[in-house]
Amino acid sequence: MSQRFFIPRDTTAVAVGANEVANTLAAVLSEQVSEATIVRNGSRGAFWLEPLMEIETQGERVGFGPLFPEDVADIVALSPADRTEHPKYLGKLEEHPWFAGQQRLTFARSGLDDPLCLDAYLSRHGFDGLEHALHLPPEDIVDEVTRSGLRGRGGAAFPAGIKWNTVLQAAGDEKYIACNADEGDSGTFADRLLMESDPYMLIEGMTIAGLAVGAQQGYIYLRSEYPHAWEVMHTAIAKAEAAGYLGEGICDSDRQFHLELRLGAGSYICGEETAMLESLEGRRGVVRAKPPLPAIEGLFGKPTVVNNVLTLAAIPTIMAGGAEAYAALGQGRSLGTITLQLAGNIKNGGLVEVPYGATLRAVLDQFGGGTRSGRPIRAIQVGGPLGAYLPEPLWDTPLDYEAFAAAGGMLGHGGVVVFDDTVDMAQQARFAMAFCAEESCGKCTPCRVGSVRGTEVMDRIIARESLDENMALLDDLCETMELGSLCAMGGLTPNPVRSALQYFPEDFA
Amino acid sequence: MDTERLLAQLLCQYENTPGGLLPLLHAVQEDLGYVPPESIPAIAEVMNLSAAEVHGVISFYHDLKTSPVGRHTLQVCAAESCQAAGGRALEHAAQEQLGIGFGETTDDGSVTLEKVYCLGNCACSPSVRIDNETYARLDATGLTALIANIGQGEGAS
Repeated sequence: MSQRFFIPRDTTAVAVGANEVANTLAAVLSEQVSEATIVRNGSRGAFWLEPLMEIETQGERVGFGPLFPEDVADIVALSPADRTEHPKYLGKLEEHPWFAGQQRLTFARSGLDDPLCLDAYLSRHGFDGLEHALHLPPEDIVDEVTRSGLRGRGGAAFPAGIKWNTVLQAAGDEKYIACNADEGDSGTFADRLLMESDPYMLIEGMTIAGLAVGAQQGYIYLRSEYPHAWEVMHTAIAKAEAAGYLGEGICDSDRQFHLELRLGAGSYICGEETAMLESLEGRRGVVRAKPPLPAIEGLFGKPTVVNNVLTLAAIPTIMAGGAEAYAALGQGRSLGTITLQLAGNIKNGGLVEVPYGATLRAVLDQFGGGTRSGRPIRAIQVGGPLGAYLPEPLWDTPLDYEAFAAAGGMLGHGGVVVFDDTVDMAQQARFAMAFCAEESCGKCTPCRVGSVRGTEVMDRIIARESLDENMALLDDLCETMELGSLCAMGGLTPNPVRSALQYFPEDFA
Repeated sequence: MDTERLLAQLLCQYENTPGGLLPLLHAVQEDLGYVPPESIPAIAEVMNLSAAEVHGVISFYHDLKTSPVGRHTLQVCAAESCQAAGGRALEHAAQEQLGIGFGETTDDGSVTLEKVYCLGNCACSPSVRIDNETYARLDATGLTALIANIGQGEGAS
């Protein structure tokens, strides 16, 4: 009886011990006579169940987790019929409530196979979207993306089709696709998981973008904090090139698209699109004034599509399944699926992909499992370090860009960081300013100086020095940063500060 | 290979790469452990930049160093997700256990301690990274064990 064992190899699975489980499994299997192979797959994103091990026997695949190395020998020794009795038995992962409650499009393949196996990718509808796009004129590809309602997943939520159309209509032969993989927001890991678990999907999405706007060169700007993602993407690009999915004559057509992976160097601001372009050009990651928009004058001064990893990775699904099917999910102007990343003090942390429109509370109730500390949740920061801290009454806000904005929050890149009741919100407000001071590019004064002064004012507030005066000063500073900053870094840093003050005033009294 | 020859080889490799300064600096640092200040004029000349521009790029990015660092780097995540799960205590523990502050290197040159803002491992916070490996759900005790292991195997190489 031949069996296949799957043990994920993504950063988080390895960080919680997947390699030790895999090594133990290899040792256990070497003593057995029956045929068995170990696949190091990507992760499905249920990180609270990692290290996870799945066993595929005669087409049926069941999981066990979270495992310690000492669990492995017992599980391997079980007959398929006896497996259900094991305390770590999870059954078929697709039927597990944590997955059955999700609707995965972008992450449908994540964790199923060896991420670098091209045959596996092809066997699960890989490159279907590209094959379709190769038979369409550029205008039709852009039209499909526009009708899907896809909006930028990096945080700004700008309609992707409109951006693509601007680049398509821009004059000139030299255009670029720049993928923003500088996923710096705390509480987010979706880009990383996608690149480590399904890298060809990003390559396919970028190639389609190239066909759509007439670009023959793409860059992925990857942050240096993701060494495993670098290795996987680097190898995936080489394999896709060798198999004719990148380079000259894609899929035996007369079209070409070249892709290069570039490494960041530890700078949060390089996730801002114009700072990223500066960095790609080999300069300091200093924000550019807009206009000109990158779609008109972007990388090396040429028309450039700048999209987040998840935006580009949604493209193959849209091209293969059609705009209407994608737009049928979600609500209002937030269409398709949102990728939430449950993080911080959370029991069941991981990646949850659901249609837009559910409330934050519903998602946390269904998937989160409460805090890991077992204490009550007090505040939730959604949308990264520039997102507001939301108190309990606002958890009923639907996950929808406009609804979140109306509630004074933002969805950003989908990070959901949970804090229990031991959090000191004055310290969190101080951190928001200190982080901005650390990572500001320095180009505009409100951000560069405002954040330093903001940290100092917060120190005085925390020391309860002249509270009324310092509160008034902080309010003034926040307003200056909001109105006067060149980009979202300085402009949105007041969000966490103001929300902490507004909703948790007892921590400042 | 001596530093000059290595540098000459890298300069040749990246001379014509569009926006090649950052990949070049990464390559220099990968091989030498840092970007020697005396290499800046040569880099500037080949990349058709001023020395000030090259220095400006090096000083902008947290990753790029102009002096040698420890044989290993311990990065402690200091961002919100880790803060929510005990990261602030871990920041203190790391400094206490190594006896150095952030941005410093131990006297024996084995470990440089750094803060990092997010390792993308946030479902299992708090996290640290040692060289290219990330570790999750850490507390002070777990960190002690990791730090004790850092130097191991160095004697062999």
